[in-house]
Amino acid sequence: MTSPSPVPPRPAPSLEVAGLAFAYPDGHQALFGVDFSVGRGERVALLGPNGAGKTTLVLHLNGILTGGAGTVTVAGLPVGKKHMAEIRRKVGIVFQDPDDQLFMPSVREDVAFGPASAGLKGPELEARVRTALERVGMEAFADRPPHHLSFGQRRRVAVATVLAMEPEILVLDEPSSNLDPASRRELADILRSLDVTVLMVTHDLPYALELCPRALILSEGVIAADGRTGELLSDDELMREHRLELPFGFDPRSVTMGA
Amino acid sequence: MGAGHAHRLYRHGHSPVHGLPPHTKLAAVFAFVLVVVSTPREAMWTFGLYALLLACVAYAARVPAGFVLKRLLIEVPFVAFAVLMPFVAQGERVDVLGLSLSVNGLWGAWNVLAKGTLGVAASVLLASTTELRELLLGLQRLRLPPLLVQIASFMIRYGDVIADEMRRMKIARESRGFEARGVRSWGVLAKSAGALFIRSYERGERVHLAMVSRGYTGSMPVIDEVTASRAQWSYAFALPCAALVVCLLGWTL
Amino acid sequence: MHVPDGFINAPVSVAAGVVAATAVAVSLRGARRELDERTAPLAGLVAAFIFAVQMLNFPVAAGTSGHLLGGALAAILVGPFTGVLCVSVVLLMQGILFADGGLTALGVNITVMAVVTTVVAYAVFRGLVKLLPRKRRSITVSAFVAAVISVPAAAVAFTLIYAVGGTTDVPIGQVFTAMVGVHVLIGIGEAAITALTVGSVIAVRPDLVYGARGLTTPLKLRVNGELVDTPAAGPAPAPVAARSHRKVWLAGLATSLVLAGFVSFYASANPDGLEKVASDKGIDSKVEDHAAADSPLADYGVEGLTDSRISGGLAGVIGVSVTIVAGTGVFWAVRRRRTPETSPSQTSSARLGKSL
Repeated sequence: MTSPSPVPPRPAPSLEVAGLAFAYPDGHQALFGVDFSVGRGERVALLGPNGAGKTTLVLHLNGILTGGAGTVTVAGLPVGKKHMAEIRRKVGIVFQDPDDQLFMPSVREDVAFGPASAGLKGPELEARVRTALERVGMEAFADRPPHHLSFGQRRRVAVATVLAMEPEILVLDEPSSNLDPASRRELADILRSLDVTVLMVTHDLPYALELCPRALILSEGVIAADGRTGELLSDDELMREHRLELPFGFDPRSVTMGA
Repeated sequence: MGAGHAHRLYRHGHSPVHGLPPHTKLAAVFAFVLVVVSTPREAMWTFGLYALLLACVAYAARVPAGFVLKRLLIEVPFVAFAVLMPFVAQGERVDVLGLSLSVNGLWGAWNVLAKGTLGVAASVLLASTTELRELLLGLQRLRLPPLLVQIASFMIRYGDVIADEMRRMKIARESRGFEARGVRSWGVLAKSAGALFIRSYERGERVHLAMVSRGYTGSMPVIDEVTASRAQWSYAFALPCAALVVCLLGWTL
Repeated sequence: MHVPDGFINAPVSVAAGVVAATAVAVSLRGARRELDERTAPLAGLVAAFIFAVQMLNFPVAAGTSGHLLGGALAAILVGPFTGVLCVSVVLLMQGILFADGGLTALGVNITVMAVVTTVVAYAVFRGLVKLLPRKRRSITVSAFVAAVISVPAAAVAFTLIYAVGGTTDVPIGQVFTAMVGVHVLIGIGEAAITALTVGSVIAVRPDLVYGARGLTTPLKLRVNGELVDTPAAGPAPAPVAARSHRKVWLAGLATSLVLAGFVSFYASANPDGLEKVASDKGIDSKVEDHAAADSPLADYGVEGLTDSRISGGLAGVIGVSVTIVAGTGVFWAVRRRRTPETSPSQTSSARLGKSL
C-alpha cells in the first residue's frame, strides 16, 4: 500500500469541519457539533449507523446545506456563498444512486457537465473528459447513453463525472452498494489508483478496511471515534455501541493491511 | 416507452440522411408537413407525388419500407375516425355499393387519411434516422427555449428509469396475487401511480442535488454545438422545396 | 385525442401554435418562479412520470381499458405552470418520436390537451379547495371534480377549433355531442384515478401536492396541558387575500357549472332536433351553393357557420366560459408576479431562458 501514514505531518488539510451543527426546517436536528479534519491525500472512511447524519454531513461539505452552526473549510477556503462555485469544483460528491448522478443523454456529456459549467470549452474540455474516463477505464463507452450501462459501469462513470472537475477531495456516498464482487474490486482498484483525498461514507466495513487506513465513526450527530480503521473495527464494544456490525466470519485482526 | 423504446425507433446507419445535422432535418420535416397540409385535397395526384418524395428519402436513408409501414400503425385510431366521416358528414350524397355516403365526407376522409399518413411517415423517417440526443440538440439549435429542451432531455433520460420502476411495482403487485380486473382494482393502481409520483419527484430532487454539486446554477453548459453548412441546409430542404413545387402545381392545375 | 396532420386547416393550426407557444412561454416563466433552478430536473422527472402513467392501463370493463391523460393530475400535483410544461413536453416528444399527433397539429394538441385540461382542472380545483372545508377529503373530492370537468372541457376546446378550422363539414352539433359524450365517460375514469392518486400522495407526502399547499393545520401550543391555536402571526396575509376572492370564485364556478350542465343537457337531448331545424329552414340548400364555390377555405367557414348555427352557438357559449375560466386562471397567476408584463413570445422566452 502506498497511502501515507495518517498520523503526522499534515500540510494544509483538504477538509476541515469544526463544530458543525444543523437542524432541518422541520425541527429535526441531525448534527450536534461535528469536528474532524482530513489531510491532503488521505483516504478516510466515515462510518455510522442509519440515521447518524452521514448524508446531512455530506451535503454540508459542498454547501448544499448551510445555515447551522460551525464551519467547513475546504483547502483553506471557508464554505459559504462567497466561494460557492470554487467549493463545488473542489468537493466532488459521488452520490449513492448513479442514476441520480448521470442525468445527461450520453456518458461524454455527463462527464463534461461539471467542467463545462465551470467554463471549460473545446479541446481542453475534450481532453479533460477523456482523462477522467481513462482513469476509471470507461473511455470506450463515451458515446453510450448512461442507462445502457451496467450498474458497476454507471458507478464508475459517476466517479469520472466528479474526477473531471479535478476535485481537491472526492466524497463517495456508499460506493460499494449494489455492486457485484467483481465490480466492487474494480472500483477499489480505481479508487486506490487515484491521487486525491477521499472521504468514503459507508456501511461496508470490510471495504472501508480495504481502502481507508483511517476511519471516523459518526453517531448521533457527533464524531464518536477517530482512528486507524483496523483498530476501530477490532474494538467490539465501540462497534456494538454504535450499531456497526461486521459481516459473518469477518475478523479485522486477521486481515493484514499495508497501512 | 421512454428512452429504451424510443431508442428502438432509431435505425443505426451511415446514410447521407443520417449524417445531416439534426436541426436541418427537423426544419425540413416540419416544412414538408406544412406544405402537405396546405395542399388542396382535390389535387389527388399531388399526394401521390409527396409519397414518392418520401419514398426517395427512405431509399436514401436505407430505411426499409416494411419498417415505415409497421410504424404507420400508430394512426389506426384516425383511420377508424376517417372511415366514419362519409356516414356522418352532410351535403350531397352518392350511393356506393348500396350505402349512402356523403361526398363531402368522402373528401374529408381522404383529406385526413392522405395528409395524416404523409405526416406520420415523415415523422417516422425523422425518428428513424436521428438519434434522440441529436434531436434534442436540433431542437435547441432551432431556438426552442433552453429550459424546454432541458425538461425534454430529462424526460427522455429518466423515462426508462421510471418505466422500470413502474414495471417492478407491477411485478411486486402480481407476485402478491393482484390481478387488475375492472373498476375495483383502480384503487390499487392509483396507489401505485401515487407512489410512482413520489419516487419520481424525489428522484428529481436528488438529480438536482447532483447537478448543483457539479456547478449547475440554472443554465445548461453548452457541450455540443451542432452547425450546418449551406450545402447541408440545401440538401435537407430539397424535400420541402420539391414538395412546395408540387403544392403550387396542385393549386394552379 | 391526438390530432393528426390534415385534420385542422393550416391557418387555424398556425393560430393554435401561437396560442400554445404563448401558453408555454408563460408557463416557463411561472415554473421558473415556482421552482427556480430546480425547474429542469423536477419538471423533467414529472414529465417522465406523466409519460409513464399514460402507459398504465386501467381495466374498465369487459376487456376494455383506458389510460390516464394526466393533465389534471399534473396540475394538481405540481401546479398549473409546471403541469402545462410537462404535458406539452410529453406531447412534443410523442409528436416527434412516435409520430403520435401531427407536427403541424402540435399547436392544436398542446392547446387542447396541455393548456385547456391543465388550466381548467387547476382553476376548478383551487376554486373548490377554497370553498370546501379544509380537510384532506376535500382535496380528493376537488381533484375528482376538477378532472371530471377538465376532460370534456378539452373536448369542447377541440370542437371549437374544429368548428373554425375543421377540414370536413361534419355538423358541429354532432362533433360536439360525440366528443363531449365520449369524453364525459373518459373524464369519469380519469377523475376516479386522478382523485385516488392524489389521495394516495397526500396520505404519504402532503407537502408534495402543489394544489394542497397552505392546507397544513395551524400550529398548536400546549398551554397548561391544553392545546390552543397559535396567535395569528405568520401565515395570516395569504388567507386574508384569498378570502377576498372567495365570492368571485364562488360566482364564477357556479355560473360555469350551471352553464356547462345546462348546455350539455340541451345539446345531448336534442342534437337531431337542431339538425332538423337547420334542414327545415333550408340552410342546407344554401350550403350546397357555397360548397360549389371552389375555395376550400371559404367552403368550411361558411358551412360550419350556417349548418349548425344554433348548436355552434351553444358550443361557443361553453367555449367562452371555459376560456374565461382559463383566462382568469392565467391572469390570476400572472398578476401575482410583480415584474411588469412584457409580451410573452417564443423569442422572449428563449432570451429569458438564456439569461437565467
